[in-house]
Amino acid sequence: MGFFLETLIGGLMAGMLYSLIALGFVLIYKASGVFNFAQGAMVLFAALAMARFAEWIPQWTGIESKLLANVAAFVLAMAVMIVVAWAIEKLALSKLVNQEGITLLMATLGITYFLDGLGQTLFGNDIYKIDVGMPKDPVIVAESLFQGGILVSKEDLYAALIAAALVILLALFFQKTATGRALRAVADDHQAAQSIGIPLSTIWIIVWSVAGFVALVAGIIWGSKLGVQFSLSLVALKALPVVILGGLTSVPGAIIGGLIIGVGEKLSEIYIGPMLGGGIEIWFAYVLALLFLLVRPQGLFGEKIIDRV
Amino acid sequence: MLYRENGQFKATYRADQQIFPIRQDRIALIALLLIAFVLVPLSAPEYLFRAILIPFLILSLAALGLNILVGYCGQISLGTGAFMAVGAYAAYNFQVRIEGMPLIASLLLGGACSTVVGVLFGIPSLRIKGLYLAVATLAAQFFVDWAALRLKWVTNGSDSGSVSVAGLQVFGFSLQSPAAKYLFCLAIVALFALLAKNLVRSAIGREWMAMRDMDVAAAVIGIRPVYAKLTAFAVSAFIVGVAGALWGFIHLGAWEPAAFNIDRSFQLLFMVIIGGLGSIMGAFLGAAFIVLLPILLDQIPLWFGIPISTATASHLTSMIFGALIVFFLIVEPHGLARLWSTAKEKLRLWPFPH
Repeated sequence: MGFFLETLIGGLMAGMLYSLIALGFVLIYKASGVFNFAQGAMVLFAALAMARFAEWIPQWTGIESKLLANVAAFVLAMAVMIVVAWAIEKLALSKLVNQEGITLLMATLGITYFLDGLGQTLFGNDIYKIDVGMPKDPVIVAESLFQGGILVSKEDLYAALIAAALVILLALFFQKTATGRALRAVADDHQAAQSIGIPLSTIWIIVWSVAGFVALVAGIIWGSKLGVQFSLSLVALKALPVVILGGLTSVPGAIIGGLIIGVGEKLSEIYIGPMLGGGIEIWFAYVLALLFLLVRPQGLFGEKIIDRV
Repeated sequence: MLYRENGQFKATYRADQQIFPIRQDRIALIALLLIAFVLVPLSAPEYLFRAILIPFLILSLAALGLNILVGYCGQISLGTGAFMAVGAYAAYNFQVRIEGMPLIASLLLGGACSTVVGVLFGIPSLRIKGLYLAVATLAAQFFVDWAALRLKWVTNGSDSGSVSVAGLQVFGFSLQSPAAKYLFCLAIVALFALLAKNLVRSAIGREWMAMRDMDVAAAVIGIRPVYAKLTAFAVSAFIVGVAGALWGFIHLGAWEPAAFNIDRSFQLLFMVIIGGLGSIMGAFLGAAFIVLLPILLDQIPLWFGIPISTATASHLTSMIFGALIVFFLIVEPHGLARLWSTAKEKLRLWPFPH
């Protein structure tokens, strides 16, 4: 039982991190109707920038304090992400206004490749460390209930808390502010939003900057866990089934989807995996999402889109 | 001046509906085929076959298959690599497990297996579309990657999923020399291109395009969405599967699952986008472009005497690919094939602009 709970909690923690990346997808889709395949590349790019700036800033300025260097690196990396958002809007999206979803999806595929190449050219392609002082040692809880207690990684716990805070913040931003409303209007219909005077280009820059911010946070958390390297951009592929499961337009969907996928993945790996030869983590989430789509195409919380002639 | 169709009158429907209604096109095509079948095998150096021509031909075939699905039927797929892998591993199993299996039969059976898998993963397309479908096809990619790596019977008991074939022959001719391999691929690709061209001109091809342009309207005029979408998945997966088998058997000889990973899927999608969505010719142009570009990017800095590391070169390649995709989507969504047909339109009227 203790082992089961440990797996469950591990799954929930991993799921929280998937949700964080999935959130990036949902935000952009919700606010601009673009399925942003480049979210993974943005996570890698942001994490690379963060890792390298944290390394370079002490060299440039002679700052000794680690905290100061990290904060400065964070601010710089965020600035870079805003520049990226601006460039994406100016160079690609503004020219693809009112195009079909598929075209926009393919454009973000192009952006993915561009960002992957650019990030590694600018910041190098080794494995880098991000050290923001997350505690590494695990803690044992509930020792009195189970034999040996349950091992919980403190790092995961902090990551989950940060993710939760971010989600609440973003949900408030979307629901309560005027900008949030404008973002949702753009998602519904580019043309209609334009015609009532919502400045499309500003909105897009804002939303891509927010996505850049989410990518940066996700990148730091994943990066301090696994190290920053190219494979980080593949973590985003894990977040795709999460989005599908939760529904493309739903922030709570991203979170619950992430938790379901995280838990399902870990449990299936341990309890079903050995029967099938192991390593089923890589496709389990996808097949789960696929089967789910057959039953409920719009996902758990997605909006049902009805075609009418 | 040379490319003008004045005086080429069509007196029958048959003549009006042939594949290449313009005489110059027919002549150019015959000349091209003659060069490809006769001149190139006689004169090309081995490097050209191995590094450029054979990969180009096989990838064009795969892009052709993908173009049927994405370009003609509008069902975006990110799992092409998986269907290639299914074709390759299935053909391998037929080749190894059945004594005296002819090469062509195992290639076709590999394609058939790929068709089955393709239809299976195409079923979700009946309920979901667009973005959701793209993700659904990724399921095929990851599942097949895993199966090739972990399921022993897929690779005939090989440990790491790497397999190899040797001593290929067709009708008693040995496929050892690069020229022979090239000719074999060329024959298959030419045949499939002809088949595909005729398919998209036929009733089923028009059903696919109607589905792509507006599925609700297509259903209203009596096109069955289930049938149209699943046939597109089936035909596409078959061609892609044969291409995958060729890629494994002829080009690589020995391969492992990584040969058909998700990067291959993206590469093929890029070929289709850059070459031209919904164009048979586009598959070839796209494949040529994507095969040649990395080679050129490796060579050009050398010509100018600037040494450039392989890592930088590969980052540069991916940046250029990315930029080009966005560029093509913005400027010419129909890709290189459209540029080509625009050039032909201009030539017809040359030297007059209108």
